[in-house]
This record gives sequence, structure tokens and C-alpha cells, in this order.
Amino acid sequence: MVQTLEKGSVLNKESSSIVYDTQQLNLWYGTHHALKNINLQIKENEVTAIIGPSGCGKSTYIKTLNRMVELVPTVKTSGKILYRERNIFDADYGVEELRTKVGMVFQKPNPFPKSIYDNIAYGPRIHGIKNKKILDEIVEKSLRGAAIWDEVKDRLTTNAYSLSGGQQQRICIARCLAIEPDVILMDEPTSALDPISTLKVEELIQELKKEYSIIIVTHNMQQAARISDKTAFFLNGEVVEFDDTDVIFSTPADKRTEDYISGRFG
Amino acid sequence: MAQKQSSDQPSVQELIAKASNKKRKKIIEKLIPIILFLIASVSVLTTFGIIGTLITETVIFFSRIPVLDFIFGTEWFPFANTEPQYGILALIAGTLKVTFIAVIVAVPFGIGSAIFLSEYASDNVRRIIKPILEVLAGIPTIVYGFFALTFVTPLLQQIIPELKIFNALSPGIVVGIMILPMIASLSEDAMSAVPSSIREGALAMGSTKLEVALKVVLPAALSGIIASVVLAVSRAIGETMIVSLAGGSTPSFDLDVTGSIQTMTAYIVQVSSGDAGYGTTIYYSIYSVGFTLFLFTLVMNIIAHVISKKYREEY
Ligand SMILES: Nc1ncnc2c1ncn2[C@@H]1O[C@H](COP(=O)(O)OP(=O)(O)OP(=O)(O)O)[C@@H](O)[C@H]1O
Ligand SMILES: [Mg+2]
Repeated sequence: MVQTLEKGSVLNKESSSIVYDTQQLNLWYGTHHALKNINLQIKENEVTAIIGPSGCGKSTYIKTLNRMVELVPTVKTSGKILYRERNIFDADYGVEELRTKVGMVFQKPNPFPKSIYDNIAYGPRIHGIKNKKILDEIVEKSLRGAAIWDEVKDRLTTNAYSLSGGQQQRICIARCLAIEPDVILMDEPTSALDPISTLKVEELIQELKKEYSIIIVTHNMQQAARISDKTAFFLNGEVVEFDDTDVIFSTPADKRTEDYISGRFG
Repeated sequence: MAQKQSSDQPSVQELIAKASNKKRKKIIEKLIPIILFLIASVSVLTTFGIIGTLITETVIFFSRIPVLDFIFGTEWFPFANTEPQYGILALIAGTLKVTFIAVIVAVPFGIGSAIFLSEYASDNVRRIIKPILEVLAGIPTIVYGFFALTFVTPLLQQIIPELKIFNALSPGIVVGIMILPMIASLSEDAMSAVPSSIREGALAMGSTKLEVALKVVLPAALSGIIASVVLAVSRAIGETMIVSLAGGSTPSFDLDVTGSIQTMTAYIVQVSSGDAGYGTTIYYSIYSVGFTLFLFTLVMNIIAHVISKKYREEY
């Protein structure tokens, strides 16, 4: 409810508000300094792409945004990440609350070993929605939202693992949409998919952008150029450049960005 | 770098050709499966031998005692001088009472421990607790029997004064303790086998740890957990020493857990360690009881097998 109100109140896209404000973020895995002085502002209803070579800290960064990175016991952080103006590292900030607002789609599809219906209904159910009729509506709406309703509507009770990889990934996206999050984090969501499924997910992201803020990690330059509004280039745990995607791909300010994008890196 | 074919050194392929003794390898390859088959046959043949003996002796028993009296009779008085009774239901009642109590004890504690070990315990804690569970599983059952008779029964008598020295409750609880590690350990294996990517998916939706454990991991591992319970039940049914020592030797067909009972296994022990003469009806009766026991555990094992096959979650 609150979320819809917030969204509705933003009428003018130009002045859209800041969802995530990362300030001087540092992160260590034990002694390994994986993120160094990150400062990034992510805006509402935009697709922000994160690109950079393997091991530069892209996954680490987006897993920090929903604090999933803390599953690694050796992780230590410093700095601030303001989500909707509140620091997510505050001691009284519940991770469950944060993750209810910030959904995540993983690199490898990871549906639950349950029926398609139960996969989608999982989120609403754990957050207290029990009414069967409301759940039915949520399931249909989410599956339509993830552009997979027509493919699965006749077999909602079959195990999600009986679907193809591309279908499973869209089920995971639908599962994420079911609790109508504010932000969706995606870590290389199409890297395990064939070109056609990839295209479908890309079209979907364009569609979802109208209602959600999306942060996507990708190794595919064309993909970043096609679907994102903003692009951040990471290198060795630092943000080298962050700008409009058009600018990054046509006239990057930093030589290293240009080298990476044109494939001349390393 | 390494040259493939230098003039002074033979190539690896040449060395292989020289070294390998093709003929001998062929013979060994032919012989090995035959030898292994013979070794495997030993256990299969033994099993058939035991089942064969059980059946032939049981058939002799049923030539003296009508099958229906055996299956539906509720009195078991083989030692009665005038009219011995062979109603197996009285022994089955003893076995089932103990098994039922054992399951009530072992399932919640076993699955609870499994959830703790797989979802909550740190690696260090797991490294300490798992071996302790295994030690618990390795204690000889005679020790458990003594424990039931000399410790658990007196303790229970403080709470339930009408509890007899020999009863179903105390051995039931102790058999439960005995099968607990088996359920905990096998269930923990099943839960640990659930990929962590699925847990992460649930956590990323804002689930608490408990929700992940109960609503995602437990259902995903359910077939393994049920199979572990069924196997444990099968062990409880076949358990002998604990019930012989602490259960008594008075078969009775009722639901009372405070009085003396006799299980199928305890009866076999009683007769085998007594002096029932070869060829007497009592002698043959232990085969009929043994056969019944065998059917019980066989059915449980088949159920466990079917469950773990049929309900195997795909992930
Ligand atoms: N659990 C971990 N423990 C220790 N170090 C880690 C862990 N996860 C990642 N790292 C290290 O942190 C750095 C950043 O890793 P990260 O996974 O964020 O890279 P990435 O940019 O997502 O790479 P890729 O494109 O290959 O997915 C790497 O040097 C990696 O070795
Ligand atoms: Mg990564």
C-alpha cells in the first residue's frame, strides 16, 4: 500500500527520487578488500546496469544492497547505503524488512522444489496473506507480469523444476514480483539462458521498469546498452565511471571504460 | 615446451604400447565380474536360506496350530499346560506399543536436531555434535536395556506411581532415544542436500531463518526425512534387548503402557534362552513369530524404499 502511494506520488520522471544512495561503501571478505569507496546513486524507475570484468565486485555490490552478502561470515563493511533515506546497516534495520522491499533474481534459476503456484504464492504467504482468492489473483498477475502466464496457466500444480531453464528464470522473476517489491536486483539473470529466452527477459525488464527500479549485473555489453538507462563500470572493486548509458557507450570519460567496452581490456 | 616426438626419447604413446599387457588385462577384465558376482551371491543366498528356513519351520507350526487362531487370537500362553494359546496379536500389541512410544519420542527430537544441525549450527558446533550422535548410535542395546530398567523405570515411577517394574513406557522411551540419532543423522543428510541456492532464494524474499527451514528446506527434504523415520521404526520393531530387559514377559492385548508386556522379539529371546525341546510346538512357534516380525520389517523397508523413490524432489 505504502509503496504504491510513494510510486503514485512521483509524477515527473525527470525529478524522480533516489532509491539507493551508496556513500563511501567499503567491503572486505576477511582481509580481501572487495569494494573500495563506492559512491552511487540509483534512481527510481530506471534500469541501472553494472558492468565490469570478472571478479571486480559486481555481485558483491548488489548482494550488499539487500544484505545477502552477510551470509558469508567473514564479511565486514564500512560506509553507508541509504535505501529510501534510511541506512540499511543500522542496527535496528531488519534484513527481512529490507528484503521484502528489495527483490532479487539470481544468475542461476533457483525456484523452490514446489508447484509453480506455490512458488509464486510463497512470498505473499510468508508475509501473512492467506486468502485463497487474493493468492489466486496475485499468482496470475505475477505470472502475467513475468510474461509466462500463457505457458504455464494449465499446469500451475506441476513442479517448477519440470520447466525449461528460461521458463524457470521467469518463474523466479514472477516469484519476486508477487510481493510487489520496490527494487529488483538481478545478477546476470540471462547468462544461463538461450538467446530467445534472453530476449524475452530483456523485453520483460523494459516492461517492469515502469513500476520498479531495477539494478542489473551483466557481462553482455549489448544487453547493457539495450536495456539500461544508467551504467556503472566497476574495476577492481572501484566504480570507474557512472553515467547515462548513452554517454558510457558513446563518449566515456575514462580511458579504461572505453577499453573495456570496446573489448580492448587487459 | 615439451616436444611431442623427440628423436632420442620415445613418445608417450609408444611407451603405453610397450607397457600395457593387453592379454592379461583382458583375462582379468573377464574374471573380475565373475568373482565379484560370487561374492555378492553369498549375501543373497544367505538371505534366501534364512527366509527358506523361516518358511519351512513356520509351515510345520501351522500344521499344528490353525493359521486363523494365530492371526486373530488375542491370547498368547504357549506355556499353559492344558490349552496353550498362540494368538500373535498379544505380542504384536507389545511391539506396537513400544514402537509407538519410541516414535513419539524420536521423531520430534530427531527432526528438531536435524533442523538445528543443518540450518542453524555453525560448522564448529556441527563438528562436535555429529560425532556425539554417532556415539549414541553405537552404544550396545544391552546398555540401553539396563539404562531403561535401572534408571528410566525408577524415575518414571516417581511420576507415575502405578507404573510396574516391567512396562511398555520405559523401554518405549529408551528405544526412542536409541533410534533418535538415526533419524537426526539421516534427516540432516537429506536437509543438507538441499542446494543453498534455494535457501538464498527464500532468504532474498524476506523469509526468516525459521521460515526457510520449515517452509522450504523441510518440504524439499521430506522424502529423505520420511524414509529415515520409516527405517527407524523398522529398527524399533526389531529391537530386542531393551524390551527383553525392561518390558517384561507377559503378553497382553490392550492399550495399557504401565503394565508388563511382551514383544515378538522378547518372546523369541525367552524361548531361545529357555529349554524348549526341539520339535515341540513352542520350538516351532518362535519361527512363526520370527516370520511375522520379518514381514513387519520387510513392509517398513519397502515403504521407505518406495517413498524415497517416488517422492524424490527434483532440484
Ligand atoms: N564468499 C567469498 N569469500 C571470499 N572472497 C570472495 C567471496 N565472494 C567473492 N569474493 C571475492 O570478491 C571479489 C569480487 O567478487 P564478485 O563475486 O563480486 O565478482 P563479480 O564482479 O561478480 O565477478 P563475476 O563477473 O565473475 O561474477 C573477487 O575477488 C572474489 O574472489
Ligand atoms: Mg558475479
